[in-house]
Amino acid sequence: MRYAYFPGCSYHGTGKEYELSTHAVAKKLGMELVTIPDWSCCGATASHGKSHLLNIALPSRNLGIAEGMGIGEVTTGCAACYQQLANANKKMIENEDLRNKVNSITGKPYKGTLKVKSIVEAIGIVDPETIKSQVVKPLTGLKVACYYGCLLVRPPEITGFDDPENPMFIDNIMKLAGAEVLDWAHKTECCGASLGVSNLDVAVRMIDRILAAAVESDADCIAVACPFCHLNLDWHQKSVNRKLGKSYDIPVFYFTELLGLSMGISPDELGFKTHFTDTKKVLSVVG
Amino acid sequence: MAKRIGLFICWCGSNIGGVVDVPRVVEETKNYPGVAFATDYKYMCSEPGQNLIISKVKEHNLDRVVVASCTPMLHEPTFRKAIARAGLNPYMFDMANIREQCSWVHSNDKEAATQKAIALVKRALAKVSQVEPLFESSIPITKKALVVGAGIAGIQVALDIADSGHEVILLERESTIGGNMVKLDKTFPTMDCSACISTPKMVQAAQHPNITIMTYAELVDVQGYIGNFEITIKQKARYVDHTICTGCGLCTEKCPTKVLSSFELGMGKRKAIYIEFPQAVPNKPVIDPDNCRYLKNGKCGICKKLCPVGAVDFEQKDELIEEKVGAIVIATGYDLIKWEEIYGEYGYGRFKDVITGLQFERLVNASGPTNGLIQRPSDGKEPKTVVFIKCVGSRDEAKAKEYCSRACCMYTAKHAHQVIEKIEGGHAYIFYMDVRTPGKAYDEFYRRTVDEGAQYIRGRVSKIYQSGDKLVVMGADTLLGSAVHIEADLVVLATAMVPTEGSEKIAQLAGVNIDKDGFFIEAHPKLRPVETMTGGVFLAGACQGPKDIPDTVSQASGAAAKVAALLSNEEMATDPMICHIDEKMCSGCLVCKEVCPYKAISEKTITERIAGQPVERMVASVNTGLCQGCGNCTVACRAGAANLKGYTNLQLLSEVDALCR
Repeated sequence: MRYAYFPGCSYHGTGKEYELSTHAVAKKLGMELVTIPDWSCCGATASHGKSHLLNIALPSRNLGIAEGMGIGEVTTGCAACYQQLANANKKMIENEDLRNKVNSITGKPYKGTLKVKSIVEAIGIVDPETIKSQVVKPLTGLKVACYYGCLLVRPPEITGFDDPENPMFIDNIMKLAGAEVLDWAHKTECCGASLGVSNLDVAVRMIDRILAAAVESDADCIAVACPFCHLNLDWHQKSVNRKLGKSYDIPVFYFTELLGLSMGISPDELGFKTHFTDTKKVLSVVG
Repeated sequence: MAKRIGLFICWCGSNIGGVVDVPRVVEETKNYPGVAFATDYKYMCSEPGQNLIISKVKEHNLDRVVVASCTPMLHEPTFRKAIARAGLNPYMFDMANIREQCSWVHSNDKEAATQKAIALVKRALAKVSQVEPLFESSIPITKKALVVGAGIAGIQVALDIADSGHEVILLERESTIGGNMVKLDKTFPTMDCSACISTPKMVQAAQHPNITIMTYAELVDVQGYIGNFEITIKQKARYVDHTICTGCGLCTEKCPTKVLSSFELGMGKRKAIYIEFPQAVPNKPVIDPDNCRYLKNGKCGICKKLCPVGAVDFEQKDELIEEKVGAIVIATGYDLIKWEEIYGEYGYGRFKDVITGLQFERLVNASGPTNGLIQRPSDGKEPKTVVFIKCVGSRDEAKAKEYCSRACCMYTAKHAHQVIEKIEGGHAYIFYMDVRTPGKAYDEFYRRTVDEGAQYIRGRVSKIYQSGDKLVVMGADTLLGSAVHIEADLVVLATAMVPTEGSEKIAQLAGVNIDKDGFFIEAHPKLRPVETMTGGVFLAGACQGPKDIPDTVSQASGAAAKVAALLSNEEMATDPMICHIDEKMCSGCLVCKEVCPYKAISEKTITERIAGQPVERMVASVNTGLCQGCGNCTVACRAGAANLKGYTNLQLLSEVDALCR
């Protein structure tokens, strides 16, 4: 399967582990990710508050370029990028006036022929047997709380691939990797996203709720699918501990890192070293 | 003889007159060929309006009449009767609809509306120039009614019809009559015990000499028409011969198989041979073939061995029973919406302590699975904090139904009252959008519940999750503008009422339309609320729309009155506007028979003389009792031999000519 791949701005910063592990896993699964040439900002977080038109135009420029690649499907790891691309794609397909207007702005005309998939969906629809055949070090005994965040499966009119209230795609992938997945309550609660940067006092309370629920469900680690979720749950764990007097120490992984681990890819290659929480605990469980 | 048409144009106050220039319509049409008299009047349907028509018919020796006013649905019968009183055949008449199809929809363009009204009047004049007198015939009426569904609606209908002296078949697909009402604990606002007021009615129905109760039976076919329905009922095999069973209960006691009881809404158990509840009517068991060990794999048979009268009969088969009735009342009631398939935020049914209002009724009911002790399903503990969520599935355009289910505000107030009354230290929180209490003594009841301490929170619940042995309810208080988290022991959902499963099939069989939500459509939402557009088929209760018990019972008595009126006649007049086959033109191809939805056309052999020799040939023949005048055959007939009286090909073409001129 070939995809036009949109890396997103966190790909060599906060989300570096996601980028590394996504490519490593994709290679194992025979998925070809072709980076969209001259890709640009997806418009997440800021643009929809400034201008709706800008919010459609930014991702549409990338869709326009991707359409020219002749691949037909676009994928991206970041939940915010995915949301932006999928939303613009739906609006551009449905609204001809908007399409003409945006195309005249971006200069990269988009006809509306693409499908946009999150990397979660792209991996989740791979034949389970194909995934299983690559799993050489099953994550037996590892209890994973799969966390989807607020954007990946919502709103269902735009995302649509998984249940918006009790999503299962990451859970199913983790099960194929041999892990034990947990039925826990906070799969789709908001992590605070950019409030982790702009208003930490609010964000730590939101992060605290998610971490508390994961710990209560007896999770060894949390699996995420968004650089912002990872930043908040991983890096800001110490902020929660400091500001709210807690003592969380739970590793947070991109689901692709855990899948990669089960496929025998080395932890270093997957980016285990650049976490803020201690990842060794998980490695010791898996062995 | 020259035709003498009378033309009467109505203002309908300002309904027509405010848009259409009525005097100009009179001016423009009064010289149409054949018009002998034309005038306008404020309200043609009123007594003086009708008298105007009658006097002008006599004064000007008119032989046919056109009234331009509202839809014929409303007043065609009125005007037909008026001209009959004037001595004309009532079918020497046509109506031009210049209200619904003109003034109401073109109120922003008066000139165009006036032009359209002129055209519509000319169309009617063209039609009426071609009409001929038609005569009604009569058909006998079978003086017996079928009531489909034996909840409180069906029981009330059956009792009222039976009391008026007519026979009734009361049909129920479950093994007992009683429906949903017998499952309830108390009824608002008077707090009567539901079973105490409904089970006596069940017994009354069972003992009434005019009522035949058929339980565990379904309607499978309906043929015929008003006054003369031929129905087929499938009596499902009970595997117990009710003619000899004494209802001693030994079999149910000894049956080794326990399954979840649907009567207890999955919160209690019953045996594979069972009586739904102690006051069931009939109070005799049936065997559930999906769970009976003997019927599944031939082993067990304990009930058969123990039965002192030998009533258990594993060889019993489903049976088809044919009956004739003159009227059908649909009273199929409601189910609760399958919220588990829709509301992931409430856990998709994964949390045992999130239940429906009807399940709460069983929990609080003295004859329910907990003997009336409020014990939550997960661990049997008495809940202290109970959260009620209203409008689950109702008034939710995004996920479920747009409509209000009407009874939930009141029964939730009742449940909250019961929590406060029955549980020591019990708290009731109610999430609501609006509190709707239109009914006698309803708002008083709600106020009392609030005064007792029930906490009403205006807002929706976004999520419920399990945390230890508590359910955390996350919601919004939109009056305070803040988020609310409540740690609850039990959550009760006021789920939407939806038409009962299978009602679509009943609609199909009875030829009644259903709305977008599956509720049966009444003939007129205000003026004919218990009738349907199909003659002889009536509605009662929640199958027509969500209702509480008082409204259901009122509607049931209303439907029964309609049936009693119908069945009080020996025979009824038939609509003469039915198909007529011109045998001279009919080639006997019988394409018309194929397209007739009422099975009204059959073949018939006629003998003709051709060149002096008798020749036999086949032609189509119409059963005047069955034909409903739909016109399918007239379209299908290639020769034009089939013609609808009152809407003949010639009449329709002259109308088209008039409109296109």
